[in-house]
Amino acid sequence: MSKIRVLVGTKKGAFILASDGKRERWDIRGPHFAGWEIYHMKGSPSDPNRLYASQTSSWFGQIIQRSDDGGKTWHQPGTPPGEPTTTPEGLPKGESNKFVYDTSPETGKPLTTHQFYDGTQHPWEFKRVWHLEASLTDPDTVYAGVEDAALFRSTDGGRTWQELAGLRGHGTGRQWSPGAGGMALHTILLDPSNHKRMFVAISAAGTFRSDDAGKSWKPINRGLRSEYIPDPNAEVGHCVHRIAMHGSRPNVLFMQKHWDVMRSDNAGESWHEVSGNLPTDFGFVIDVHAHEPETIYVIPIKSDGEHFPPEGKLRVYRSCTGGNEWEALTKGLPQSNCYVNVLRDAMAVDALDKCGVYFGTTGGQVYCSPDAGDNWSPIVRDLPAVLSVEVQTLA
Amino acid sequence: MIRVVLPQHLRTLARVDGDVELEVAGPVTQRAILDALEARYPMLRGTIRDHLTGQRRPFLRFFACEQDLSLDPPDAPLPDAVASGSEPFFIIGAIAGG
Repeated sequence: MSKIRVLVGTKKGAFILASDGKRERWDIRGPHFAGWEIYHMKGSPSDPNRLYASQTSSWFGQIIQRSDDGGKTWHQPGTPPGEPTTTPEGLPKGESNKFVYDTSPETGKPLTTHQFYDGTQHPWEFKRVWHLEASLTDPDTVYAGVEDAALFRSTDGGRTWQELAGLRGHGTGRQWSPGAGGMALHTILLDPSNHKRMFVAISAAGTFRSDDAGKSWKPINRGLRSEYIPDPNAEVGHCVHRIAMHGSRPNVLFMQKHWDVMRSDNAGESWHEVSGNLPTDFGFVIDVHAHEPETIYVIPIKSDGEHFPPEGKLRVYRSCTGGNEWEALTKGLPQSNCYVNVLRDAMAVDALDKCGVYFGTTGGQVYCSPDAGDNWSPIVRDLPAVLSVEVQTLA
Repeated sequence: MIRVVLPQHLRTLARVDGDVELEVAGPVTQRAILDALEARYPMLRGTIRDHLTGQRRPFLRFFACEQDLSLDPPDAPLPDAVASGSEPFFIIGAIAGG
């Protein structure tokens, strides 16, 4: 029978929730890395026991952790336990935590400035890793989306990281600006049918696509409209909160923008709004059913000034028509006095026949629906604020 | 032998309990202590000072002998009591929040 492993990153550590395919009884393990912010954890699709975690702190900076046994034990991949702590030349290891923008003449781009909150130009400074995306085919290859926005890649299991500088340096960087949470590259989508194509999203810059495995990039934001920037239809500057795709149709993308739920049917060349009858089209998460590419999920949040569900009712909205027509899913979710938020990386789906949908809240609840959203129940209620949720479906 | 007191989170990362003892060759300075610390515990590289610039991370402070040495030059000699090991070198996480 299949098993489910839910990887939960929180403000104060990581938790791993495990169940069989019924998804009724859960084994809760954690906190791992207690006291640290775990922005994201991700498993390798080609080796589910290989997990990566972004462990970060305003005090101590960025740490990358890796597990090779499904989360039972962890190590910093630059310094595997039991191995010498120096290279044969006597140089110290510990490079796995090192994220340095590539400014080399050969492969890099000059370190420039970006727009700051007050409109002035501000230097690019590495702060943390927001999102890790493991290669679909190689467990040792993993991408990291970071703040200040850039994309890094490791091809040695997280031991060392190199920036794919063509994104940061493609030309519009001076117009990028931080969202309220920082200027972060928070979403990485890999096209399963074309290993050279990938998509990223940055707050607040927009969505970008590479067709040459990350070497060069172009903005793909036509059709987005954002009233909070001087030119609402600008090429960049849009606060994209999250994008999602179904692996069987990689040219169809769904987006939760700051305001507006959007859809593209041509790999991001153009977008159109599909907010339809949502009670509010502000929100953070968006995801796609594992087996129905036209079934998508969002969790509307009242506004950018009030980060909680409208009317204090926690409702997941599902569209079975790829947008525009939405139904509220409420069974098992609090329908009064609920004022939590659901952050952009905190929704995921499993791949069981009856698709499971999961999300975590800033109130520390992780909810599961084992039937595609019809019924919900909390797996846990009292974790620290949830930053991210990922799900692994294990054979 | 130099004694270094780490904040709890860095002890966890380095997998040590209690104080750390280090041999430091040459003059005992902040830089010499941190170099020795990172050589022995490479998993701490980047957690106390920036990988690239070598600057102390902003929320960390260095104390010894009841003095705040955080703003002293990294190559300035530390007090004799630190060099002799009779007083520890403290790496402190700033108290932030409320």
